[in-house]
Amino acid sequence: MNQRLWAFLVPVLSVLVALIIASFVILMIGKNPITAYAALFRGAFGSRLAVASTIVKTTPLILTGLAVGFGFRAGLFNIGAEGQMIVGAMAATAFAINAGSIPAVLAIPLTMLVGMLAGAGYASIAGFLKAKTGAHEVVTTIMLNWIADYLSSYVVTVPMGVGFGTPKSPEIASSAKLPPLMVVQATELTSGIIIAVIAAILVKILLDKTSKGYELKAAGFNPYAAEYGGIKLAQNIVLAMAISGALAGLAGTLEVMGVHHRFLGTLSGGKGFDGISIALIGQNNPIGIIFAALLMGALRNGSNEMQFIGVPKHIIMIVQAIIIFLVAADRIVRTIFLRKKVAR
Amino acid sequence: MRLFLALIDIFTNPAFYKLTLTAATPLIFASLGGVFSEITGVVNIALEGIMLMGAFVSVVFTWLTGNAWIGVLFAVFVGVGMAWLHAWASITWRGNQIVSGTALILLAQGLTGFLMEPIFGRPGQTDIVGKIPEVKIPLLMKNRFLAQSIGELSPMIYMAFASVAITWFIIYKTKLGLRMRSVGENPEAADTLGVNVYAVRYFGVLMSGVMASLGGAFLSVGEVGNFRELMTGGRGFIALAAMILGNWNPVGAMWASLLFGFSEAFANQLQSSPLLRVASTTKPLFNMFPFIVTLIVIAGFIGKTRPPAADGVPYEK
Repeated sequence: MNQRLWAFLVPVLSVLVALIIASFVILMIGKNPITAYAALFRGAFGSRLAVASTIVKTTPLILTGLAVGFGFRAGLFNIGAEGQMIVGAMAATAFAINAGSIPAVLAIPLTMLVGMLAGAGYASIAGFLKAKTGAHEVVTTIMLNWIADYLSSYVVTVPMGVGFGTPKSPEIASSAKLPPLMVVQATELTSGIIIAVIAAILVKILLDKTSKGYELKAAGFNPYAAEYGGIKLAQNIVLAMAISGALAGLAGTLEVMGVHHRFLGTLSGGKGFDGISIALIGQNNPIGIIFAALLMGALRNGSNEMQFIGVPKHIIMIVQAIIIFLVAADRIVRTIFLRKKVAR
Repeated sequence: MRLFLALIDIFTNPAFYKLTLTAATPLIFASLGGVFSEITGVVNIALEGIMLMGAFVSVVFTWLTGNAWIGVLFAVFVGVGMAWLHAWASITWRGNQIVSGTALILLAQGLTGFLMEPIFGRPGQTDIVGKIPEVKIPLLMKNRFLAQSIGELSPMIYMAFASVAITWFIIYKTKLGLRMRSVGENPEAADTLGVNVYAVRYFGVLMSGVMASLGGAFLSVGEVGNFRELMTGGRGFIALAAMILGNWNPVGAMWASLLFGFSEAFANQLQSSPLLRVASTTKPLFNMFPFIVTLIVIAGFIGKTRPPAADGVPYEK
């Protein structure tokens, strides 16, 4: 069967296999998988409210998926979208809290820019270390994730902290808030989704239509050949990490501008990590990533409903794990469905 | 001045050295696991996930049987099972090793969170199920400083150091070790010489499962006696960093683990020092310390290290 079709089928079939395996796990705790999945679907798409909050959950996932996917295309495994998202959101909040005197027309793009620059700068640390000393980005970005995590729990209690209860920052200036597309009950459907989709299209254009994109892909595909061909590897590594980090930073920024209107310590909640699965399911293709993010957003949102009937949310993590596992070893899926060993 | 006094206070406190050893032990185990796997050419970032499973499973079986050692034993079984999944995906199916490792981390996080409620009846953390008792060494108990620092330790700490010696012996002094290294450096050549590349790689990865699950079990039944959600907190990755810093050598990995254990203990003591009176809100900043040390150390020392040549590359016959 042809390769392009398989590139599309492997993730779809992986999702299917993962849901089947997970249904055994659900059976194991004495619940009915059909009722569980029905609740999952109802929770994700069953009402106007469900659809709105699925889209709200999808928005940052498109961006973290793009962040990781872009890294992959440039040969980098950016496991640090989590930390870049936090740092981006933190910087954007710090700016937007004080943006009261700036009109919205300027405050909105400026806040986004600040968040993206912060994410880019934070990711560049890992890019710089890789280019300079060869330190593997998987290890360095994980360290940076933990540092960002602890930093944020400090920032929301001391320098930015307000009020009691959940540690949080003050609200950002209203000129920096993204106008909602519509309001369904208490849920504001954020216009961030439009920005996320535009970002995906821009990344696609950058990768497929520009010479810089070609260079980044070439460096990712075969660094030695690329270097021989006159491509500056070190420069490309830092640039690729910076763009990847800017996308993750934007994910955090849009959460602040469009959803919470303030910085919370729990803002990222694994969305950066989810970016990895999303990039893989979307086969590192920006348009594929939009749909993969929608799938993951629906799973995450629907899992709340599933929890009401006594199936823990963690099952979604297990589903996600199985999907990633099968995408990693895609030959397993090919073999299951072709019933013969395939050579690549 | 106050900082200076606090430093003297920390470094003269025997408990600090015990804390360093305790913090280093899970890292020693897991980084040896990394050495076993990577020396045969398979990158295993799933260490974090295997540790987490090890920590959970040992608590479950300690709770079921009342014996923490049986808990550790089952942790090792499950750790080997997790490692087998990684080996299966990355050796047999020649999958992307980093992606498979990521999947296993997520699987461990999902499964441990998922199973906590049906088994223990509540999320977040389990009850205290009991831990492995510390053993006293009578010879060391005579001196107050020695008694409080290394006189009374968990036997798993001794196991960790013994594992360093055993791992070193296997890798550098046995035929198997020679095969492991040849498979990691040049699988084609090893294959030509009749070495079963797949079998040797499986051995390396499965051993990483043994080691990482011991590291995880130490965190739960070795140290505190219960399990908390996500209790490994990135230690699997610090162990990877320790392995890299130790130049893929068991003894080097041990020293690097001790450095990170030291920085964890140091940050811990600093934030609880009565002389410094650190505000509770500032404490998260101290938790950053081991991670910053890791970054600096990786950035500064990486030039001197070299991974096995075939590390991360699937082998196709």
